[in-house]
Amino acid sequence: MQEFYLGVDVGSVSTNIVLMDKDNNIVSKKYLRTQGRPINILQKGLKEIKNEINNFEIKGVGTTGSGRHLANIILGADIVKNEITSHAVAAINYVPNVRTVLEIGGQDSKIIVLKDGIVTDFAMNTVCAAGTGSFLDRQASRLGIAIQDFGALALKAKNPVRIAGRCAVFAESDMIHKQQLGHNQEDIVRGLCQALVRNYLNNIGKGKDILAPIVFQGGVAANKGIKEAFVEALDTEIYVPKHHEVMGAIGAAILAKEEIKEKRTTSFKGIDIAENEYNVKGFECNDCSNMCEVIEIYSDGKVIARYSDKCGKWTNSLNSENQKLA
Amino acid sequence: MKLTFPHMGNTFISAKALMEDLGNEVITPPKCSKKTLEIGTKYSPETICLPLKINIGNYIESIEKGADTILITGSCGPCRFGFYSLVEQEILRDLGYDVEIITLDPPDGKPMELVKRIMKAANTKNLYKIVKNIVRGAKVLQAADELTDLANKIRPVAINGVEVDIIMDAFHSMIELVYGVDETLELIEDTKLKIGKVKTDEKKVPLKIGIVGEIYTIIEPFANLYVERKLGHLGVHIDKSLTPSKWVKHHLLPGPFGSKEEKEKWEAAKPYLSTLVGGHGRETIGSSVLYAKANYDGIIQILPLTCMPEIVAESILPTIQNDYNIPIMTLIVDEMTGEAGYLTRLEAFVDLLHRKKEEKNIAGVLPRS
Repeated sequence: MQEFYLGVDVGSVSTNIVLMDKDNNIVSKKYLRTQGRPINILQKGLKEIKNEINNFEIKGVGTTGSGRHLANIILGADIVKNEITSHAVAAINYVPNVRTVLEIGGQDSKIIVLKDGIVTDFAMNTVCAAGTGSFLDRQASRLGIAIQDFGALALKAKNPVRIAGRCAVFAESDMIHKQQLGHNQEDIVRGLCQALVRNYLNNIGKGKDILAPIVFQGGVAANKGIKEAFVEALDTEIYVPKHHEVMGAIGAAILAKEEIKEKRTTSFKGIDIAENEYNVKGFECNDCSNMCEVIEIYSDGKVIARYSDKCGKWTNSLNSENQKLA
Repeated sequence: MKLTFPHMGNTFISAKALMEDLGNEVITPPKCSKKTLEIGTKYSPETICLPLKINIGNYIESIEKGADTILITGSCGPCRFGFYSLVEQEILRDLGYDVEIITLDPPDGKPMELVKRIMKAANTKNLYKIVKNIVRGAKVLQAADELTDLANKIRPVAINGVEVDIIMDAFHSMIELVYGVDETLELIEDTKLKIGKVKTDEKKVPLKIGIVGEIYTIIEPFANLYVERKLGHLGVHIDKSLTPSKWVKHHLLPGPFGSKEEKEKWEAAKPYLSTLVGGHGRETIGSSVLYAKANYDGIIQILPLTCMPEIVAESILPTIQNDYNIPIMTLIVDEMTGEAGYLTRLEAFVDLLHRKKEEKNIAGVLPRS
């Protein structure tokens, strides 16, 4: 029987799952759209993996991403880690002496600065999504281009158009204006790539020393146009790992492997949870003016988790119930 | 006269006790909540900094409970806070609320005017009585800040840190039920004893993080999304560079040559920033240097979006980060109540500090017991 580690990254736009062997080789990877239904998509991914590969055992599970705690509740993870650490760990796995990780995902983007394999500084975008994948997605569909062709088209451009990249709203109106002037599509697309990179470096990369070797990962790293724009702006080589879109999940799997070395046995609830029925119910607690929207997750009619209450009253009541049962 | 005041960390505890002892009827604004923020955002200028929005929410909620006089401190204006009382007065008047705002600052540098205003708020002309009570009020503030510090110290080493939160929440709801300085002090002492009884794990060695930045967002837990609790549960002992009791020492009861601590901060800031840039910009730089020198593991700067003095400080912090090899992270707070992204940053920062500390220990550069 083969032994694998499972890494899960539940993000706002995509849910990524990887199956990794003990030598950190990726056996299977799933890149699925979260579509606001993280639990179902997670189950769907597990089902696909189960059908693809026979006769294997999960030795450890790691979760990351903004939905990491939810994934932990469903899966029973051995380690729950934030995205920054997971992405850094994965990048080190491919480029051990990496100094800078550029990561652009669907709704957030980050920069991670490392030295000797240790994170020394990082930044994430704050309130603005201008420099992220969702923005590119939207502009591609406005231009009538499939997002997969976006990068290749950008590379064909000879005279990139300058587009304001500071804010998604301004960029969009600027782009429409340039279209109306009659600029051709590849020049506009290239201009958009440059605008996004400019925005990223000015916002996220502000005040950071961006030193080589540089690793570029996240869903947007698939876009050759953006990669080229980074190479142009930073005037250095940029490495895009093969599994760039699931690096968070790979990091989680590696961390799970390390955790298991000490912990020995996994808390994983088993691959069959893909068949379980989960229901999510929410209610508004009216005990104080915070009016928290408390979320409850039921599995087969039993509450397995409750969260999102500021005071912790509901979360804790569940814990004490569990303790009493045990 | 039914007095109220805005929330600002622990200040309401002492302001309430002090004003009650002076024989005023006090209306404590309800604890800051999403509703407070909603009201405040609705009636405030869109681009103003977060504290004013929460202030307005506090006032309106207090007025609904019957308050007719608002007591606030001014700062004679080294940042937008200097305009707060006037802007807030205008907003409330436009909304048709007939309330009086008493601002405790000397307009045009006229100290007598300040004394007159204090007499009005205190509801007495007996100066001896006023001074005596202010000293007692400062004592409550000191005790309340000590209690917060104690909670922040125990939380990261407690076996179950949530116990500390439960005690502190109970304390905050009990404040409504006590009257005057003596009862309040008694309640604080009781709570300290309770927190002292929380079981701790001696094996836990907390990281130390210094919190710097804009004063309101540092000391009002609602504004900074309860950063001290979150960090506490992540095993971090925090120290705040500014607290209400420090503010009182700086501004109300300075010695003949000003506050010693403030002077130290200015001195430490000198190589980077030698002049006033408004607000607490210079203190942020100075405190960061002092934390770095005191071997703290990291520093977090907190500011409300658009806070100019802190933006100036933010641009200087990377130099301090390099000079002293201490990680510094900036968190900007605004109207958001979604906490996931905020928590991710805190977790990642704490991870970073742990790894750095391990490295240091291995290298033997900075052995810690």
